[in-house]
Amino acid sequence: MILQASNLSLPGRLFGVSIEIAEGELVCLVGPNGSGKTSLLHALAGIGRPAGQVAVAGVDPRGLGPALRPQALTYLPAARDLPWPLLARDLIALGGGGADLAALALGPLLDRRVDTLSTGERSRVLIARALAPRPRLLLLDEPTANLDPLWQIRLMELVRDELRGASRAALVAIHDLDAAARYADRILVMDQGRIAAEGLDGPHVAEIFGIERGESGWRQVSRPADPGSSR
Amino acid sequence: MTLRAAILLLLVLAGLFAASLLLPFAPLRALFEQDAGVAGLVLTELRLPRALLALVYGATLGASGAAIQALFANPLASPDLTGTTSGAALGAVVIAYLFGFAAPIALSIGSVAGALLALGLLLALAGPRAETATLLLAGLAISALAGALTTLALALAPSPFAFYEAYDWLMGSLVDRSLDQAAFAALPSLLVIVLLLRLGPALDRLALGEEVAQSLGHDVARLRLQIVCLTALGVGACVAICGAIGFIGLIAPIFARRLSRGHPGRAILPAAMIGALLLLAADLVVRLAPLGRTLPIGVLTALIGAPFFLWLVAHMRWRLRP
Repeated sequence: MILQASNLSLPGRLFGVSIEIAEGELVCLVGPNGSGKTSLLHALAGIGRPAGQVAVAGVDPRGLGPALRPQALTYLPAARDLPWPLLARDLIALGGGGADLAALALGPLLDRRVDTLSTGERSRVLIARALAPRPRLLLLDEPTANLDPLWQIRLMELVRDELRGASRAALVAIHDLDAAARYADRILVMDQGRIAAEGLDGPHVAEIFGIERGESGWRQVSRPADPGSSR
Repeated sequence: MTLRAAILLLLVLAGLFAASLLLPFAPLRALFEQDAGVAGLVLTELRLPRALLALVYGATLGASGAAIQALFANPLASPDLTGTTSGAALGAVVIAYLFGFAAPIALSIGSVAGALLALGLLLALAGPRAETATLLLAGLAISALAGALTTLALALAPSPFAFYEAYDWLMGSLVDRSLDQAAFAALPSLLVIVLLLRLGPALDRLALGEEVAQSLGHDVARLRLQIVCLTALGVGACVAICGAIGFIGLIAPIFARRLSRGHPGRAILPAAMIGALLLLAADLVVRLAPLGRTLPIGVLTALIGAPFFLWLVAHMRWRLRP
């Protein structure tokens, strides 16, 4: 097991979540806004003093200092803004550095200041920051947001390639259910701060998201189900 | 900071330090020809503490400014603009009002407490990641409040002499401090600079965003508390001896980050060196200016620093948030 976590709680946001991820697995985390995807990633990344047990490759990452932590796990937040205008190269190095990710085609971006990059370019730099230390566990919050369609595909395939045959795993929070279905080994559905179901087949999708499969993709459920009111 | 830049800065610092011991040279030489002993006393009792204080106070302001800017993720934050300096001044004036200026320990405690109070209030009011406008407005409000209370304390001064003494001190001056007083500012300040340097790597990672810094294993809440306490201690200790000197803590880190390739944490060391350099230079200007009497050094740094700050507000704001 790469990740074994049990009874993770953050007051008011996450309620006793347990999760296990095996070597090489890419697990996608889906759920409506406010269902606790980001909170679970936070709890696993040690942000906000979560209660519960976490072990990454058998070690509690919260006991690791800044030198070792990026080898155990890295976290990509959903927000793409940065407090300081560093050079892209320096930003990646500050995150723990490591692998040269040719697949992200950063070459010409590396010597530019991150505030001069477009949002999509900056996303790629931030993704490189999270991937470069080659951590055991990748925690990615909406990694495909702001990326153009080609880069969305390239990115998910890059994450797949990174995990292939390695003693590594990834947990990816994502809103795009089709992308989740295409790339994930497993899909966990979150609702109200808990993992409510696994997979996208079954009545729970309509209950939790208020959508269902139609002939031309997802559509709103016709009966009056308002997922917002369940919050 | 490259080795070449560090050596260059050190050489300039050494040159300025020597200059502030020797200049103006003519009276020193005249004195030396009459009585070498007295000339020696002038050097060790008058000029040495003054040069030491400029060095230490400038370095403290530079390092504290760099740390505060890194913490607030804002190049417009600095000890004077966040109200730290005026809080320290208020604390010291209140203590001076109660015990007089002859009690340096009480003065230092008062000004450190004032600085802590001001920074704590700012964090509570504006939050740790405040927008520039919120930060400056909250800092302005705290400075105004501390300034008004300081003026009130002055107005209630028991005698015109006490009033003049406090007023003179408030203007910020390095003149007529003893070696003991210089040591009193220097020891806590040097400790603060060393401890701030140790926090540099954590402050650099804070540049990746607070959440990422936490995911990398940094306790951001503790870091914030450490920066607030350390800068309050350093600035407070210096303000207690020399009064409030503005703008060095704003300007030095901005130049320093050009030497640290934009890294806010790595800028602490060059900021300390540039701060010391700026204050030594300002003191030389004050000393050598043909005005008949000595300008308070705080007036000079404000006269040069305030227009620079205005330029900064106009030209740098757009670079802050990507």
